Amino acid sequence: MPGEIALSMKGVSKSFPGVRALQNVDFSLRSGEIHALMGENGAGKSTLIKVLTGVYSGDSGEIKLGGKSVIIKSPQGAQEIGISTVYQEITLCPNLTVAENIYIGRGKKAFVNWRWMEKGAASILERFQIPVKATQQLAKCSIAVQQMVAIARAVDMDCKVLILDEPTSSLDEQEVLKLFGLMRDLKSRGVGIIFVTHFLDQVYEVCDRITVLRNGELVGEYEIKDLPRVELVSKMMGKELDEISQIASPGEKKFEGEPVYEALGLSSASGVKPFDFFIKKGEVNGFTGLLGSGRSESVRAIFGADKIIGGKVKINGKEAKISSPIQAMKQGIGYLPEDRKSDGIIDDLSVRDNIIVALQVMKGFFRPFSKSEAERFADTYIEALGIKTASKNTPIKSLSGGNQQKVILARWLLTNPQYLILDEPTRGIDVGTKLEIQKIVLKLAADGVCVTFISSEIEEMLRTCSRLIVMRDRNVAGELLGSELTQDHIMRTIAGEVK
Amino acid sequence: MPKTLRRPSVSLSHLIVPLLALLVIVIFNVIHDPSFFSVSLVVNNSGNTVLSGNLVSILNGASELAILAMGMTIVTAASGGQDISVGAGAAIAGSVFVKVIKSGNSSLGLILFAFLACCLAIMLFGAFNGALVAIFKIQPMIATLILFTAGRSIAYWVNGGATPTVSGDLLGYLGGFFPGMPVPTPVFIVIATGALFALALKFTNLRLYVQAVGINSTSSRLNGINTTWIKLLSFIILAACVAIAGVIRVCRLGLINHETILLDIEMDAILAVAIGGNALSGGKFSLAGSVIGAYVIQALTTTLYALKVPSNAVKSYKAIVIIALVAVGSPVIKKLLVKARDSFLLKRKAAGGAS
Repeated sequence: MPGEIALSMKGVSKSFPGVRALQNVDFSLRSGEIHALMGENGAGKSTLIKVLTGVYSGDSGEIKLGGKSVIIKSPQGAQEIGISTVYQEITLCPNLTVAENIYIGRGKKAFVNWRWMEKGAASILERFQIPVKATQQLAKCSIAVQQMVAIARAVDMDCKVLILDEPTSSLDEQEVLKLFGLMRDLKSRGVGIIFVTHFLDQVYEVCDRITVLRNGELVGEYEIKDLPRVELVSKMMGKELDEISQIASPGEKKFEGEPVYEALGLSSASGVKPFDFFIKKGEVNGFTGLLGSGRSESVRAIFGADKIIGGKVKINGKEAKISSPIQAMKQGIGYLPEDRKSDGIIDDLSVRDNIIVALQVMKGFFRPFSKSEAERFADTYIEALGIKTASKNTPIKSLSGGNQQKVILARWLLTNPQYLILDEPTRGIDVGTKLEIQKIVLKLAADGVCVTFISSEIEEMLRTCSRLIVMRDRNVAGELLGSELTQDHIMRTIAGEVK
Repeated sequence: MPKTLRRPSVSLSHLIVPLLALLVIVIFNVIHDPSFFSVSLVVNNSGNTVLSGNLVSILNGASELAILAMGMTIVTAASGGQDISVGAGAAIAGSVFVKVIKSGNSSLGLILFAFLACCLAIMLFGAFNGALVAIFKIQPMIATLILFTAGRSIAYWVNGGATPTVSGDLLGYLGGFFPGMPVPTPVFIVIATGALFALALKFTNLRLYVQAVGINSTSSRLNGINTTWIKLLSFIILAACVAIAGVIRVCRLGLINHETILLDIEMDAILAVAIGGNALSGGKFSLAGSVIGAYVIQALTTTLYALKVPSNAVKSYKAIVIIALVAVGSPVIKKLLVKARDSFLLKRKAAGGAS
């Protein structure tokens, strides 16, 4: 049963140069509860956790632990006062034994009493019913067991607050159940658990309360029974239900002829389950779903960005082999990746080089564009898309996010694609640029290019897409067209309430 | 919308550090000994009238290093790491060269053939290094540690442990002076190698690909660049430089000593790349910077010898310079500078209120 407040954060703010990651966020955790921290990418979940664990220091705000105000300066400091974190990637030492991992870095003594350590570890493992021997090498245990060992280590260090950051994303169902067992056990011992996850089912299975963040701000704190799934989804995405139902779907459009791109049973090593997909000339469709649902993995599979493990692809009716980006590019496919910073921009290179790179690669290593050609391309697109840059020779990293995104868009427009995939082209950029990008998408479609458009903002997708593929748990959960294209209906499909 | 903070773009500014270092050495020498840079015409042992003086010996002596520095720059830019096996590789190249020369009289045809043979041999080793880095994703320094360790043993095996001498007018010309030409031949070889690089950079996309891969490998792959091949290629290019450097040194000395030929040159080559303003973590590169870096190192060495610093102590003086250069470019110092700049900008913003 939930007890008194174990941890409270009041008015926490944190800014990075150019971004306000957290604005005046409150958060509270009772002892003996499992509290879900929810929000889409960029909502501020990880910043909040990092402030709490001392990775970042907050710009303002107060943290109270057990009623006493505390200042947390480092992850070690957090651990010392009883706040432990278990990350998605295991941060233990895989080549040491389970017992060593439980005790490593904790004693201040120079010598190790091995027998005492193994005995202690064995009793901890028994207490938490973790099915592993203390002397086993950690790398030989399953990921779930490794995670449980990490948790046991944290709990044994007398933690009052346990943060689980996406612990289930690499676990299978059985392992998730085991982990939940352990979490419930800890809860009954009075540990407060903060559970960060993208899986709605899991939230409703184990959590007591939910805190939702969006764009660095607190949306609200809810008892689990007061917040149905659909409302949770709408809160994460920033639309109230009433408001949602009022936005009507755009008119139904019919697309004739053979698909420009067609996939049958396509699947890739990134874990997306085999799916069928097609797109016709002039069509704009979209993949939607929560983060981790497989929407990005699907389009990466289409572009050959991940290792393809099965399926057939047809371009304009003819069978084609696409197992690498260059093959996709030669078939006239362009791909603007989800993570602009790590997959899109080549940050030290100039705006000009960033614009021409894809077309240049298609032309070939031994056939470089002349300087004047390259500059003409750059000038054309800087003007056409209104890219704000000091010059075409400015490194792309010194542009704002929206302008960087326009450069990447220019890169693909320059290749004159017949099929363009845009994964989150509008994320983290200002409203004006967002609208410009949507307009470009619609104009491309009018010119006969087919476009797959992915966005976390459903409203944006409704404005551009005539067909939506809804993903859930790396599977296609539904395909919506025409009158089904309402925010309400989409969210119900995402939440799994519509079969 | 706040603009992202701007760092100085790489243009001429990256050449400031190496040029400044060179300038400091020149000024120091001019003040210390005004005759340091005087060049005179002398008649050498073989009866040629040639240029002589510290300036000539710096330009001449840095030849192998300058060539290796160019290749090292490409590897550094593409892989974000360094090849430490170039000295050992030069031992192999030199041994193969001598082995082929020994099989006949040192005619021009045979010399060319021997050069091609040693080029091919060392490029295979380069491909091996490159494969470890590009395909097996091993850290370049660790990957090339293998050849660094084994290279001189392989060179030993090539000539059965002997240190054979080679002679012949043409070989002597290559390592020294052509008759009637007062400028040492290695200087021309550096110019020729530099010209080859310039042509490659002009007529292929080598620069764009190498920089893109070095800056952001993931993004490069998503733009259709074969990142594995580019990394591999960079090591093969360096191997060709190793062959040229090895052959120059063999021609200079008229013999191959697999134990000592171009010993420790890898460290100087890496240093030249660093002095040249290139990030050792890869990305944008400047060949000119690295070549200047090579001459800085040679000028430093020559200066130290001119100051009658004992040869054993020269390395420790060089080390001091390395410490200074590395410290200036270290992440800690950079971070401090960035921090200072950021707080300055924030303060100014707070004071001015303008964007």
